[in-house]
Amino acid sequence: MSIPITLEFSGGAELLFDRQKRHDINLPKQEYPWRIQELLPWIRDNILKERPELFLQGNTVRPGILVLVNDTDWELMGELEYNLQPNDRIIFISTLHGG
Amino acid sequence: MPLKCGLCDKQAILKRPKTGDALCKECFFLAFEEEVHQTITDANLFIKGETVAIGASGGKDSTVLAYVMKALNERYAYNLNLVLLSVDEGITGYRDDSLESVKRNEIQYCLPLKIVSYELYGWTMDAIVKQIGLKNNCTFCGVFRRQALDRGALMLKVDKIVTGHNADDIAETVIMNVLRGDIGRLRRCTAITTGTDGALPRCKPFKYTYEKEIVMYAYFKKLDYFSTECIYSPNAYRGFARAYIKDLEKIRPSAIIDIIHSGESLSVKKEVKMPVQGVCVRCGYISSNTVCKACVLLEGLNKGRPRLGIGKTHKERLKMAEDLNEKGDSSINSQNFFENGQLDSFSEQSSQSGLSCCRSTTAGCSCQTSEICNDTAGIHSSVDQQKINSLAIDF
Repeated sequence: MSIPITLEFSGGAELLFDRQKRHDINLPKQEYPWRIQELLPWIRDNILKERPELFLQGNTVRPGILVLVNDTDWELMGELEYNLQPNDRIIFISTLHGG
Repeated sequence: MPLKCGLCDKQAILKRPKTGDALCKECFFLAFEEEVHQTITDANLFIKGETVAIGASGGKDSTVLAYVMKALNERYAYNLNLVLLSVDEGITGYRDDSLESVKRNEIQYCLPLKIVSYELYGWTMDAIVKQIGLKNNCTFCGVFRRQALDRGALMLKVDKIVTGHNADDIAETVIMNVLRGDIGRLRRCTAITTGTDGALPRCKPFKYTYEKEIVMYAYFKKLDYFSTECIYSPNAYRGFARAYIKDLEKIRPSAIIDIIHSGESLSVKKEVKMPVQGVCVRCGYISSNTVCKACVLLEGLNKGRPRLGIGKTHKERLKMAEDLNEKGDSSINSQNFFENGQLDSFSEQSSQSGLSCCRSTTAGCSCQTSEICNDTAGIHSSVDQQKINSLAIDF
């Protein structure tokens, strides 16, 4: 069974995704649970349109991009280790743009 | 499952970078606002009855600043008269869009808005970029924006300007000034209020506020802000400092506040020569040179030598002197020009008439044929004077 989740990019992060802020996606079925750690490369390979280095750094998001899991700071949710659930809403907000 | 709020029983939504506390939405809002209030009262930033301009770009920091200033002004009866002040740099596809968000803020927050345009210099950034290209345009924009904000504030007759500079910005600036060896700015850059010596005071109520919290606050309050990179080249040097600070924050979140603390605690040895803050002889704006950077940049633009105020100034001035030699009198001593043509010495002579460096060439000229030199100078200076006089009127 695939996992339907919603991704949102804002604060300038959407510029790397053709300015599209909201993406409703289905993560393909896999043997182990999907964690954000696996979600990030999936995003890079499937929906990121340009300059992956502005979104990812190493195996995580670039410092300065905030991540929220269902409107909660991912730092309280285990960050990369968080197990994605169906209908989760993951938000990426860049703090690196303008002021 | 997420943690409980450290202050109440609700579910936490955010981990505070400064303290590591987990807080719920309401407790976060309150803690955020109260800390800004604390910063304001600790530093005695405002006096009752003052008119304060909020420098508003339409971006996250100034949008949150406007919102919080309005809220605190009401909650704690600061009795301030708040206005929004924006600068239109004339960047199509960037500033025009962000100004739309400021105009929405004007209505949402019921604050009057004033927009000052770079037209007051006779040059939009779009036109400047056509002249200078994409490499040094940020220099023009930064210098002109700073002045334009002051000019707008003077037109509005405000007592103070507040800007949305946050803790991350200030830590970045400390690092940049260390890397550049700019001791004068290093000493000034952590001050919460600057410009108290005559010019309009500028304050930074978000001096200790983390960027992460500003963005989270805007997100949870659903504030309407604009976030697009400027279409012209980003400030590369600041970009590196920025990435560096964010990397540090990831490893140890208190690094940002610690860098600010280091900057605040620095004391400069007595032997170190510091630039003396004076006023520009041409426009009266605060400057550590006789002629301020904006006037030098403007002179360059108006003379078709846009690189005049960029990088190694003397190189460009030398080239200008050589060109003049070819056109005018070949006996002008360019070594002499070089010495006299440096900003500080030439500009004193130009103080009365708003002249260009050409006349100083004459003054420093070792030859006897001053008429020719003066003629050449006259051609340039009359053009220059027109521009500068019109500037003076704008004031």
